[in-house]
Amino acid sequence: MFPYLEVLVFLPAIAGVLLFFFPSEFPARYYRRLGLSLSLAELVVAVVMLLKFKTGVAGYQMTSSYRWIPSFGISWSLGVDGISLFLVILSVVLFPIAIFGSKETRDPKSFIAWMLVLEAACVGSFLVTDLFDFFLMFELTLIPTYFLMANWGFSLGGRAAVKFFVYTFLGSAFLLVGILALVFIHEASTGQLTFSISALAHTQMSSTAGRLLFLAFSVAFLIKAPVFPFHTWSPDAYSQSPISTAIVLGGVMAKLGTYGILRFDFQLFPQASRSLGWLILTLAVVGIGYGAITAAGESHLSRLVAYSSLSHMGFIVLGLFAFTTIGLSGAVLQMFNHGIYTAALFLLLGMIYSRRNTLDTSKLAGLQSKAPVMAGIFTVVMLASIGVPGLNGFIGEFMILLGAFVSHRWWAVVGVSGVILSAIYMLWAYQKVFHRKDPEQRGFKDLSVAEVATLVPLVILIVGVGLFPSLLLNRINPSVHKVLSEATPASSYQSSLGKVGR
Amino acid sequence: MNLVATVLSGAPIQFPSISYSSILPEVVFVGAAVLSMLLVAVLGQRDQTYGYTGLGVAAALFGGIWSYHLSQNVNARGAYAVVGGSLAVDGFSTFFMILTSVGVLITLLLAEAYLYKVSHRGPEFVALTLLSATGAMLMESAYDLLVLFIGLEILSISLYVMVSYTTSRRVSKESAFKYFILGGFASALFLYGLALVYGSTGSTNLGNIAAFLSKNTLTSNGVLLAGMVLILGGLGFKVAVVPFQFWTPDVYQGAPTSVTGFMSGVVKAAGFAALLRVFYFAFNTLRADWQPVLEIVAILTLLVGAVLAVVQSDAKRTLAYSSINHAGFILLGLYVASAASIGDSLYYLFAYTVMSSGTFGAISMIAHLEGRTEGTLSLADLRGIGRKYPKIALTLAILLLAQAGAPFTIGFLAKFSVLSSVVEAHHYVIAVIAMVSVVIAAVLYLRVTLSMYTPLTKDAEIDRVSTDPEISLGAVAVRVDEDTDLKVDAKVPVAAGLAMGLSVAMTVGFGLYASPLVQFASKAFLLR
Repeated sequence: MFPYLEVLVFLPAIAGVLLFFFPSEFPARYYRRLGLSLSLAELVVAVVMLLKFKTGVAGYQMTSSYRWIPSFGISWSLGVDGISLFLVILSVVLFPIAIFGSKETRDPKSFIAWMLVLEAACVGSFLVTDLFDFFLMFELTLIPTYFLMANWGFSLGGRAAVKFFVYTFLGSAFLLVGILALVFIHEASTGQLTFSISALAHTQMSSTAGRLLFLAFSVAFLIKAPVFPFHTWSPDAYSQSPISTAIVLGGVMAKLGTYGILRFDFQLFPQASRSLGWLILTLAVVGIGYGAITAAGESHLSRLVAYSSLSHMGFIVLGLFAFTTIGLSGAVLQMFNHGIYTAALFLLLGMIYSRRNTLDTSKLAGLQSKAPVMAGIFTVVMLASIGVPGLNGFIGEFMILLGAFVSHRWWAVVGVSGVILSAIYMLWAYQKVFHRKDPEQRGFKDLSVAEVATLVPLVILIVGVGLFPSLLLNRINPSVHKVLSEATPASSYQSSLGKVGR
Repeated sequence: MNLVATVLSGAPIQFPSISYSSILPEVVFVGAAVLSMLLVAVLGQRDQTYGYTGLGVAAALFGGIWSYHLSQNVNARGAYAVVGGSLAVDGFSTFFMILTSVGVLITLLLAEAYLYKVSHRGPEFVALTLLSATGAMLMESAYDLLVLFIGLEILSISLYVMVSYTTSRRVSKESAFKYFILGGFASALFLYGLALVYGSTGSTNLGNIAAFLSKNTLTSNGVLLAGMVLILGGLGFKVAVVPFQFWTPDVYQGAPTSVTGFMSGVVKAAGFAALLRVFYFAFNTLRADWQPVLEIVAILTLLVGAVLAVVQSDAKRTLAYSSINHAGFILLGLYVASAASIGDSLYYLFAYTVMSSGTFGAISMIAHLEGRTEGTLSLADLRGIGRKYPKIALTLAILLLAQAGAPFTIGFLAKFSVLSSVVEAHHYVIAVIAMVSVVIAAVLYLRVTLSMYTPLTKDAEIDRVSTDPEISLGAVAVRVDEDTDLKVDAKVPVAAGLAMGLSVAMTVGFGLYASPLVQFASKAFLLR
């Protein structure tokens, strides 16, 4: 069989690395075209992979494994299941758009090279099935992001990059120690040294050890997501990144955190995930409210999106820790949805910025009459983000709240407030930017054809997923079922199924 | 005493039989050193240094290959001691001898490219490097504390001269003097410790010490413990662990950069080899006494190195502190003191030697191209070299990121393997502290790497802030002009290119194709 997953990881990785050794004399557009065509090739491979993906299979598909460092029990293993499938699709959709929408003119060769390396690291993180490989890929995302942010970011990009790097790397420090501890606990009880996720999933350990490891893993993922109170790097990072990187940060890399929770916390420490779920749930719900309220008071649009992201990631975590099939499936779906509309929002912000050189709502006004196309697309994206029925944001949030309400009623009740608040801050910002009368009556160009072309795929996805969510859910559900049944004692699993059925 | 009595009695002295094939690398190194000095006496040719470097490189290559051959022998037939039980030939010593040969190779190639441009020409540097490396090899295979001391002295005395090789500069003189005084002090510490250990165990042979300590329990072990601490101090000075690290930044800054690379690689490896063998083997039964000390030393070394590295402004001082941080990691392997953790320390040492000699090589290249004298290249001077010398900058960037522990490099695997041993021994807090020090140090490496690719121009902010097409286009137009001004035709000498290529190839190659080196290090057992 064609090695789809290997190509998905290695194509951008090798291309990105080779690009560094290219001469840098060529005009910028050549590098951009090269980067764009490579990421589009990646998209094609991923779409074929999506079509080959067997619906109704819970476990990993298209698996491959290669013994890499046998003395450490490390293999290079790849596989895709319903949980990672759409996150991979999300990544390969957003990268070409980010590269196409980028306006970076300085040192375009390195910019494209770093973007490709970042794509390989993101896709790789979702596809590997070995904890060591995951850690490698998870770490590898930091280096390109750091350079993209510091080198091509706004004036405070350097500081934001260091903050981002230190924060997430500190989380990784706990993750690495946790991974090693888990591996050695597993080795002590079975005599087998391995980093394979499926082998480690059935490790026998004391409940204290389980809880500590759960916390060590979770810190890394909560920082990456980010979830309150580990979010303080994100407003700076989102607002100081170049738009292309902000798209990846908010669209793809944030999902690494929630993906990690689902894949590792739930599969490796099912008991601890249930017994400490209340803690993470509380943080998530606080984040939903806090993010929404702060977003309402934020006048810088990028920072507003950062805080709204905090609120929305809180929803996803709420869905995960609801521990019901519908909540979990909703969370996985919402990871995809959030990536799509966040990316679209950042693209639109970049387009506004390139025309006005500011993203401050107090300095923007009256864009609707001058740029009706932009206003129209912005409206669709914004409504998706608010969660209006018929668009993709609604399905995910609805399933999450439904799932959470069944098992964790009061958290869900508080969480619902986030939906209302998100309508407030989004509409408010929209009103200020698009509907107010502009006192200075400055000109404002509407979207160019190229810019519309960048946005249309995302709008299609927003509407398409909103109308036909079952196309995704059919593929997500079996894997989610499997995670949940393995993470749940038999008796209570039956009862939770019963509740969902009602 | 025996020897004196034998001499006095007039009976013929019994010399131990020597298996020359087992000590061939040392013999070849000394031979090549002497030969190079003889050659210059006969030929009188000082200006063309290629021949001497070629001789040294050949010796290093031979030493490496022969050591590998010896290690295969050891794997097949088991470890053994030679020269009357004073030198061990085991997986451990052969591993280190290969490492030393690699370090010498890179040092000589870099010196050929740069050192002779700032200092007098001739065969002396090659000879000194080879002699110093011989001392290092003796330390690495010493099975007797006295032989260890002899190795230490051979290494040190050659090194004192190497550090002061560019005597015309004040920083260089200062650092040479500092290193000499403190080095002499450290040797004295070691010798005093040796005497105390001999006094309480009755032998200088490591095997005998280990056997004695496992059979007997001393009623009062104060003298022995004092001896142990003094040995730790003497060797700790050479490997620059806290609190014996104060000389490191000054000496690293002032010494010729090729020598700095040699010190951070070969010398550190020799010191650690001795530390590992003496403590893990000879004093193994006393580990309850030395482990707590090493725990504190390791933690301090990790943190002091990382934190102070971040606040430096000179390139070589920064790398000096970062080398202290790395030393902390290597020490962790000894602290855990399991068979696996010793292997991890060895792996780390190999990784560090490869990365740091390359890094110092790149720094010396840049300093030379920028017309800087030793010890005056500040981190600010690295700004913009990505445009001026793209190849060197890329090399330096790869090596710095590897030192930071970037995935898919030897640096990541080294940190990973040491941490795995620490966690396996349930020292979770120390593992977290070590990782925090990695985070701190990583900021430094990233900052340096970033600054290499930051444009020199003051108005760099303009195109940073703006993404407006028109303004950006204007900025590009300006930048193209600047490019032609900035671009320097940087010719990389062949020797330096080889050295850097070797360093980068090993850094990335063993990061991807990891298994051979991991297994080699984990099989480098000690002679018992």
